[in-house]
Amino acid sequence: MNDSLPNTRILLPLLGLLLLSACGPIEPWVKPYERDRLADPIMALDSDPVSTSYIQHVYEAREGARGGEGAAGGGCGCN
Amino acid sequence: MILATPMMLQRITLTALLLAITGNAFAGVLPEDRADVLYHLYDGGGVEIDGPSILIRKQVGKSVSVVGNYYVDMVTSASIDVVTTASPYTEERKQWSLGLDYLRGNTTMRVNYTSSEESDYDAETVGFSVSQDMFGDLTTLTFGYALGNDLVRRSDDVLFERDLDKQMYSVGVTQILTKNLISTLNFETITEEGFLNNPYRSVRYADSSSALGYSFEPELYPNTRTSNAVGIRARYYLPYRAALEGEYRYFIDTWDIEGHTGSLSYTHPWNDFTFTGKFRYHTQTGAHFYRDLFSGPQATNFRGRDKELSPLTSYTFKLKAAYEFLNDDGNDWGFLKRGSVSASVDLLHIDYDDFSDLRALAPIGSEPLYQLDATIYQVFVSFWY
Repeated sequence: MNDSLPNTRILLPLLGLLLLSACGPIEPWVKPYERDRLADPIMALDSDPVSTSYIQHVYEAREGARGGEGAAGGGCGCN
Repeated sequence: MILATPMMLQRITLTALLLAITGNAFAGVLPEDRADVLYHLYDGGGVEIDGPSILIRKQVGKSVSVVGNYYVDMVTSASIDVVTTASPYTEERKQWSLGLDYLRGNTTMRVNYTSSEESDYDAETVGFSVSQDMFGDLTTLTFGYALGNDLVRRSDDVLFERDLDKQMYSVGVTQILTKNLISTLNFETITEEGFLNNPYRSVRYADSSSALGYSFEPELYPNTRTSNAVGIRARYYLPYRAALEGEYRYFIDTWDIEGHTGSLSYTHPWNDFTFTGKFRYHTQTGAHFYRDLFSGPQATNFRGRDKELSPLTSYTFKLKAAYEFLNDDGNDWGFLKRGSVSASVDLLHIDYDDFSDLRALAPIGSEPLYQLDATIYQVFVSFWY
């Protein structure tokens, strides 16, 4: 293994702690009634999960990189 | 003789691993009940792959949603690898998966099982993830883990069997930034241990005793690989009801492949239609053990000539149109709420910086570099209920 790569066992808990450390009493700066545009279907991060998972298959097969393209959930059949 | 499929399948099962633990953007709500029937066709580089993908998702009670997917790849391959070192072949891969989402308060837990079968490759993946909504549902944090076990075989050797174990860890954050802007940040690590090379593929080495000036020998990969990827994506609502999305991913692994991937897409609704255009760019360095031409037989400890592990740049241009033929406005289709039909085409072009096209039969070392052009078609019907 290449030693220059981050050690996952250290990095992931640290990232989690960093994120959780922000769990103070934060006031939502976008109120629920202001989220109508975000709820519009054209703003869905993955409106067609079955299509997204297929095209990710294609890129996995044709390129050497993988991962880092999360948020494919919501019904792809594989989350 | 089969040449390309196992490596392709290995990568595809990695996709299953990735998808097994990625989270929903809005964890505090169960995914919508829907059914999709998709037909896909990949045509390029002498390879044709097509088949269906069927997905059904249904909520059970108030807090559980179950999902099933059946996917088929029917492969007919006369790729450049095949025509230069083997024989064209046909193959079929079947994959099915089952998943369950459990919503409790602002927490969503997911489990998923995926099984894939081919004549010379079996794969199983189990995934688990937890998503938590916080800060007034502005933020969704997802942790995921998946475990995959593959079995690699050879179609021409019944005694050949090798294992490949995979593990994946992921952390993702989906963040509402403004009333017009949503973003995601994902970090994923994948570790693999076992038989990582293709049992059929060969590498090329200089051989003065050969009429061509080169010969082939089996490739040999390291038996471990760890990769890290971080991706950021943002989607913005434009004032006239349209959406703009940008995405960037950085990738690095222990085989010295470093990649940058970026894309920009635009979505524009018009009456009952929705049109999307997207451009994607990817560039990567090659694996440290990749050579287009080795200096001699067994020249290095590890050897590979898989063009997907070579330095390359890819470009994709996508067009998609969706037509909603059924909507919520008082339809009389019984339990169906919405229905749409979609079609898309992706034009993929790949420039390989260090992978020669041996079909040219040029003098050794002066062969032209290979280029790939592929067209990817998708047609699918979706129903929400």
